[in-house]
Amino acid sequence: MIASKDNFSAAPASQGPQETFTLNLGPQHPAAHGVLRVLMTMDGEWIQRAEPVIGYIHRMHEKMGENRTLAKFLPNTSRIDYLSAMHYTHAVVGAVERAAKIEVPLRAEYIRVITSELNRISSHMVWWGALLLDLGGFTPILYAFDDREKILDLLEGLCGARLTYCYYRFGGLYNDADDAFLKGTRDFVQHMKPRLQMYRDLVTDNIILRKRLTDIGPIPAEMCRRYGATGPVIRGAGVAYDVRRAEPYSVYPKLDFKIPTYPEADSMARYLVRMDEMEQSLYIIEQALDQIPAGPFIGKVPRVLKLPPGDTCYAVEAARGRFLVRLVSDGKDTAYRVKLRTPSFSNLSLYEEASKGMILPDALAMMGSLDLVIPDIDR
Amino acid sequence: MSFLALEPIRVLLYLVGICAFVGGNAAYLVLAERKGAGRIQRRPGPNEAGWAGILQPLADGIKLLAKQVMVPPGTDALLFRAAPLMVMAPPLMCLATIPFGDTVVARNLNIGLLFVFSFGSINVMALMLGGWASRNKYSIISAARVVSQNVAYEIPMLLVVITLLMITGTMDLNEIIKQQAGWFWNWNVLKIWVNPLMPVTFVIFFTCMLAETNRAPFDMAEAESELVAGAFTEYGGMGFGVFFMAEYANIVVGCCLATILFFGGWQSPFGALSDGLWGPIWFLGKTYALIFTVIWIRWTFPRTQFYSLLNLSWKILIPLSLFTLLLTGAMMKLPLLFK
Amino acid sequence: MSLKSAVRETLTGFKSLLTGMRITAREATKPIITVQYPHETLKMPDRFRGHVQLILDPETGKSRCTACGLCVRACPSDCLEVDGIKREGEKKKSVTEYKLDFTKCSLCGSCVEACPSDAIEYSKAYNVVSRDRDDFAKMDLVKDLDAKAKVWAETHPTPPAAPAPVAATPGSPTPATSAPAPAVATPGSSTPAKAAPAPVAGRAEAGTPGSSNPATPPAPAAANSPTPSSSIANAAASTGAAAGATPSPQPESKTT
Repeated sequence: MIASKDNFSAAPASQGPQETFTLNLGPQHPAAHGVLRVLMTMDGEWIQRAEPVIGYIHRMHEKMGENRTLAKFLPNTSRIDYLSAMHYTHAVVGAVERAAKIEVPLRAEYIRVITSELNRISSHMVWWGALLLDLGGFTPILYAFDDREKILDLLEGLCGARLTYCYYRFGGLYNDADDAFLKGTRDFVQHMKPRLQMYRDLVTDNIILRKRLTDIGPIPAEMCRRYGATGPVIRGAGVAYDVRRAEPYSVYPKLDFKIPTYPEADSMARYLVRMDEMEQSLYIIEQALDQIPAGPFIGKVPRVLKLPPGDTCYAVEAARGRFLVRLVSDGKDTAYRVKLRTPSFSNLSLYEEASKGMILPDALAMMGSLDLVIPDIDR
Repeated sequence: MSFLALEPIRVLLYLVGICAFVGGNAAYLVLAERKGAGRIQRRPGPNEAGWAGILQPLADGIKLLAKQVMVPPGTDALLFRAAPLMVMAPPLMCLATIPFGDTVVARNLNIGLLFVFSFGSINVMALMLGGWASRNKYSIISAARVVSQNVAYEIPMLLVVITLLMITGTMDLNEIIKQQAGWFWNWNVLKIWVNPLMPVTFVIFFTCMLAETNRAPFDMAEAESELVAGAFTEYGGMGFGVFFMAEYANIVVGCCLATILFFGGWQSPFGALSDGLWGPIWFLGKTYALIFTVIWIRWTFPRTQFYSLLNLSWKILIPLSLFTLLLTGAMMKLPLLFK
Repeated sequence: MSLKSAVRETLTGFKSLLTGMRITAREATKPIITVQYPHETLKMPDRFRGHVQLILDPETGKSRCTACGLCVRACPSDCLEVDGIKREGEKKKSVTEYKLDFTKCSLCGSCVEACPSDAIEYSKAYNVVSRDRDDFAKMDLVKDLDAKAKVWAETHPTPPAAPAPVAATPGSPTPATSAPAPAVATPGSSTPAKAAPAPVAGRAEAGTPGSSNPATPPAPAAANSPTPSSSIANAAASTGAAAGATPSPQPESKTT
């Protein structure tokens, strides 16, 4: 298979007669993070064209949402992006609440914010470790998992599950946060601050990592807009777009936090955005813990939940970007159409354009900096 | 007794000993590496086979031996089979000239240094053959990387060695060690009156040694998150096992050389207690300290980017080692002008 | 790039490498943090969501389940099967069959929430292992409850006096047994262990932290005996007995 040569100019090896070969990276490759397959046309180690092939773990979540009641669909949402399950449940729950006009108690909203931000930190920790694994550093992932384990323990003590929480319910939560959770979270925030400094010393400031990520895989804001890339990818391109601020939901308007942006648009910028986000999440959690009111944890919900006919959207800032749920209802207890707009899909779609002319290790480093979750792409 | 003193018999016995040393080292350095990685990552490492995992290498070895050595269809079968042998032979040859003690050496050559480096550079050819004969795209990429990496790092390494040759004036490894007798400031690494950049020279040598042996953070050949297992992708069973052993044997050779050239070989750090059995003890102690550092480095850093790896060699290490070479020459010859 | 900045970059880069090595060296001196799984097990928190199980009413010694079927309707993956009969002199139906297809269950807990009479709860079992697919595809929760009820019946009339009849029950060498010392309990398995209630084996052990030796469970009090026996434990014990061999413990195969 020989790729067209006209769109290939970045690699210096392009002069002279070319022989290319096809490299099937994945679906079982150590850097494929699951079952992503990238069909690469290579000229030596230079990538002429890298075409992601998706669909290996397609589970028709949208269709499942359309042929079962909304409450029965709820457990599915944790499985779309298993690393930020809270956010995904939040979006579905939020969409239903918006459509059915269900009041959510304030305490529930605060607990949602706390658990969401904890989940964001734990998701970023997995990304951090996995990126370093892609780059050949084996130790950071174990340090990250040590800290992540503390988050998982907290959430397990709260809702009984470690990964696929299914913790939010229409109108509130599955159960109330006890004092042990609130205190444990406070302790965790205190524990995490020096650990983040350690992460910085061990990895972020490391010259090898800087060389691996700086100026690698530039994704300018214009490209992000074209492909709909969101989350740390667009913030790493210098655009302060965050759903928590752009389309405020829950109690985020009451909380103070910065949107970290870096204008360099390279892999290092995306890296730094996520590292800063962990800090900001800790800050958000601290505030939420200070402000959390007493009260019920679930509001009044009709016994049989039927959405009024209409069209509702609800977006959340998931760990990987903007996750949007669109529910179209025709008045029955199941939705007529469920559309899930997942961030990883958009973030991956720019890969082909962005990876053109890179060498293999850089392309994999860039893929790591996109933080892909394959089930999130395939849904 | 007189029979054992015969030169051929003695050399033969030493060679057997070296083979055993390399085999045992390879087995237990894997364990040490895994244990060290475990400590750094705050987990116990292998601890089920035997007390504290002491039998783990045995289990690994039996597993590898019991596996079939597959020759994938379409490969160049002869080269595919020859590559593991070629990768294993050079470190064994090199170790034959390494003096573990004053008299504990299989064959003391007066061109020992040259011998070691000429055999050491066969290693790259074996890896290249293995990668090329495998008929696997990842392996071929890996083979190409190995060649350019080893060529790039051979140069600063040899420049550093030339610097040392100028100081010592001999290629006899034992002679080099003897010149570093006395207290530890007589070791080459601390001879800053000869060349103030001597510690830097050691860092260059050590970096090149890591790159030559394809150790992290320069493990471009293996690079498992990019190239699956690089040149070894298609090897299974003991074919893979031999590559693995050779990697550790090369590390041992490299660390032995660093010990000889920079840390006074079998000399004790305080001028006494370096004869008889004490020699090998000092020698192995220093060597294993260096090996431990190699392991420590591997589990700390991510892999370097391939082009910055080459940049490091061509843009930093080669100019730096040339500079130290010139500086040493100048420092040695300038005083003669004023005599 | 001027020479000065090149030198500075090299030096800061080298310093960052040394910082990294200092950190890993510091971490290496700290104690290990991993749980040595087959030898140690974790205590599951109170809210842990394991598979569902029927609750034994401590007052009546029976299930509170009325076989109303709300849980079946609430289940998103259709993994429950409930049947009941109306006995003489009772107002409501009582459960006769409660089957869970654990291979389909996503542990969402909708059934527990839906239950109007608080008849089901989450178990603390996370160490669910078996060699037989049917142990999960057809988990018989009523059978588990019967085993629990038997213990309850033995202990309940005179609560404090009851010795631990459970301690001697065979069935510990189930595949789920993570204990490194199966030799203590294996002799029992040569006798037919099929019908014997085995409340201590396998998964039950997962709920009792620290007691990695299945032969020494805490003496069961009526309401909070360690954890109920399970169809898995029973089935596995019977297969073990049928094979006439002593199945070796297989701690590694963990199915969750």
